[in-house]
Amino acid sequence: MTEHEHYEAVVVGAGPGGAAAAATLAANDVETLVLERGVDAGSKNVSGGLLFAEEDAPYTIGDLFPEFRDAASERPVTESYIHNVAGDKVHTIDLDRVHHEGTAWCDSVLRRRMDSWLAERVHELTRETGGGLLTEVRANGLLRENGEIVGVTCDELDPIRADVVVAADGVNSELARDAGLMDYAEPDEYFQGVKAVVDLPDGAIEERFDVPEGKGASHLFAGDLFDGVRGGGFLYTNEDTLSIGTVFHLDSLAEERAEPHELLDSLLTHPLLAQWVDGDDDEVEYSAKLVPDSKRAAHPSPHEDRLLLVGDAAGQMQAQGPIIKGMNHAVSAGGLAAEAFVESRTRGNVTAGELYEQKLHREGVMDDLRPTRYRASSAVTEHDAVERLTDAVVDSPLGRVGLRALEGTVQRLFNSPFVLGTIPDTKTSYVTIPRVLAEELGERIEGESDVEPPSLADRIGDLTYDTDIGNPHIEVVDESYEASGTAVTACPVSAEGFGGGCYRSETVQSNGDEERVVSLDTQPCVECGTCAVVAETDWEHPRGGKGVEFREG
Amino acid sequence: MRTVTLTKGVPDFREGQVSFDEDGHLERGDTPTVMNPNDEPALRASLQAKVRNGGTASVMSMGPPGYGDVLREAMESVYADDLYLLSDREMAAADTWATAITVATGIQNMDEEPDLVFAGFKTADGETGHTGPQTAWCLDWPLVTHVVALDVDTEAGTLRAKRLVEGDADEIETVEAPLPAFVVTDPEFEPSYRRAEHRLTHKDLREETRQRAGEHEDHMTVWDHSDLNLDPDFIGLDGSPTIVSGVDPIPKAPAERDATMVDPSDPEEMAGVVDEMSRFAGGD
Ligand SMILES: Cc1cc2nc3c(=O)[nH]c(=O)nc-3n(C[C@H](O)[C@H](O)[C@H](O)COP(=O)(O)OP(=O)(O)OC[C@H]3O[C@@H](n4cnc5c(N)ncnc54)[C@H](O)[C@@H]3O)c2cc1C
Ligand code: SF4
Repeated sequence: MTEHEHYEAVVVGAGPGGAAAAATLAANDVETLVLERGVDAGSKNVSGGLLFAEEDAPYTIGDLFPEFRDAASERPVTESYIHNVAGDKVHTIDLDRVHHEGTAWCDSVLRRRMDSWLAERVHELTRETGGGLLTEVRANGLLRENGEIVGVTCDELDPIRADVVVAADGVNSELARDAGLMDYAEPDEYFQGVKAVVDLPDGAIEERFDVPEGKGASHLFAGDLFDGVRGGGFLYTNEDTLSIGTVFHLDSLAEERAEPHELLDSLLTHPLLAQWVDGDDDEVEYSAKLVPDSKRAAHPSPHEDRLLLVGDAAGQMQAQGPIIKGMNHAVSAGGLAAEAFVESRTRGNVTAGELYEQKLHREGVMDDLRPTRYRASSAVTEHDAVERLTDAVVDSPLGRVGLRALEGTVQRLFNSPFVLGTIPDTKTSYVTIPRVLAEELGERIEGESDVEPPSLADRIGDLTYDTDIGNPHIEVVDESYEASGTAVTACPVSAEGFGGGCYRSETVQSNGDEERVVSLDTQPCVECGTCAVVAETDWEHPRGGKGVEFREG
Repeated sequence: MRTVTLTKGVPDFREGQVSFDEDGHLERGDTPTVMNPNDEPALRASLQAKVRNGGTASVMSMGPPGYGDVLREAMESVYADDLYLLSDREMAAADTWATAITVATGIQNMDEEPDLVFAGFKTADGETGHTGPQTAWCLDWPLVTHVVALDVDTEAGTLRAKRLVEGDADEIETVEAPLPAFVVTDPEFEPSYRRAEHRLTHKDLREETRQRAGEHEDHMTVWDHSDLNLDPDFIGLDGSPTIVSGVDPIPKAPAERDATMVDPSDPEEMAGVVDEMSRFAGGD
């Protein structure tokens, strides 16, 4: 056998985390190979997405790629609001302060455009070092020698050795799982994000959103429009499309047996949105992806041997109340991981992993991701009994008087990063407070929405797939409804009573007994990762280039 | 390493492209010329050799000057370094034998002897599959046909190929041959790039070739029979022992039944179809 190929650094995944790591490695003359499983970087990725450049971040995408904003982002987003909704009553809060505080800039992005642009730059930069970026290659595990991680194995390539492996392979990282650092078992460590991209006529954004030419807005939604499921909605303006989506706690979505596409439809058809979206606007893409909740999922020590986890792979996705910050942290972590490897080579007495962990703490990244305050407050407030009590109080006449009296203060509280970072994950914060605020302080929305969202079948039909026929990437290990039935509703491309999705439930006769079981067809899968957590499955990504291909992302 | 891939322009037989006259004869003038589809695997094999073993890849064709476009197409798909067109009135209307003599002479006329020559399984027009083997015979080189996978060891000066025995996909044998050698690829040929380095080189070459294909004529050498020092009596129509005694158009099968048009959105008409078909549903 020939010797294993070797690169100084192998970066797996060409999202923001991988791009930042690779660019920083290349800037330090480290021979760097980047492996991306999509046909094109970005073709597998979904975000809301507002990309924040925070003033105190150790790395921003703009520092690493100076032409980024001109070439690859959609619009600078300069206005931000949250709408608390109760039926057709809405109470709107301007989030101006929290949106701008500590933020150098904030742009809306679509991932196909953003990531494929980044990948071209990254290829140029890393090619100079003797490496480069390859698409359609999926890393499927870690290469070990004498029990120690020394590289990666891939579907398409022979094993590759590396002095450092940066796993920037996103949520459901197969490398993190192989290393035993993540297990994808707990629904309460994740959100599920679902999004529709809607095409608007020329000039409609300035007109409908009343924003200056070329600028954009962010609108967030909370309250009773999601059947009590904990989470919220968002609407961001792109160059000439809108990204409209929902982000829910996966445990809540699973418990309520909610259908993600229906919750998205509730948002799309709410009268409040009628001023921005009308029935003639085309929905061009439906997509979904899990989002780790750093408060619970961020690994405190995201490394093992030569393997460093970066971004979603390490659970580094911060939900600052309704504001979602994953891409910026992935960029910071990618830069720090690269820096740590470079330093470890000259220092010798400390590993890249140890240095990386130190840097995450020292640069304040870890404190954003797992605030100590949150841990203290959540221990009490997320207790079931406490939650029921506070919920009842807020909803009581007394609580309502309190909230009314707070009117001026509410605006301030919602604009405090401190408060947002410590909001407990309870129904009270996500549903009850917003609803009561709207009922007590809100205004009635006139008019109706004439938006008719496409059916799930049409949404699936509009997506592009290159199915790996005969080689499904997910297998149901336990077919019983008890073990895997949640996937029928929680999978964003399946629904109870819908035969065209991934998961179906059916009743079968066995020995005279009736048994409810689930079956799976991975063809319409959008690779969101949900069923890796809520069902008993053997879950992998499809091999390189196969599966769904997002055009917007 | 130096490789040469033989390719040919053929009429585009795809529906809507090809035209026939009233007697069923192909109207060459009205039918666009494209690269012989069976040559694609040969081009892929040559690209694999260039990517994995380095060196240069050439593409050679015998045909009218208009074949330049076919060669440009070949250059784009194989990232070829240079193109050779053997073109001359004296070479026209050659059968496979006269073609083989011409092409083999073309190969021998190159500045540097190639290590590997690739050809496709057969052409979409003649369908004989003779030209490749006859060219190998003229060169007096080892010939490996029905190749589905290839490894070249430049240091040892050998190739190792997986080939379908008797063209049968169920039986595959591995053979070794010394270089230079002549390889006829099977339509099932799959290039293999299992090293990241190969794929990166592949990407580099793609970039380079995009430019080169735009000015492909600067990279094309045209040779006529005198450049190759070939006697006109042994090439073209005069050098072709094959006599085409006649061409029979294959008659269209006459329709036995009349077709009935049904409007699928009309439930009544569709009900009729279901009635008709349900007679057969029992399997009798
Ligand atoms: C609906 C939704 C809304 C969101 N909104 C926002 C927002 O507004 N702002 C924000 O900052 N964040 C947002 N996020 C979160 C954000 O998208 C992620 O935190 C961010 O993309 C993480 O970046 P990453 O580089 O770690 O991983 P990713 O962007 O997921 O990139 C991982 C890459 O690795 C590749 N890959 C995976 N496995 C393999 C493998 N085995 N081999 C090779 N390649 C592989 C993937 O194809 C992908 O390109 C949102 C997420 C969702 C789903
Ligand atoms: S099958 Fe699983 S991974 Fe695929 S879309 Fe459904 S829940 Fe997501």
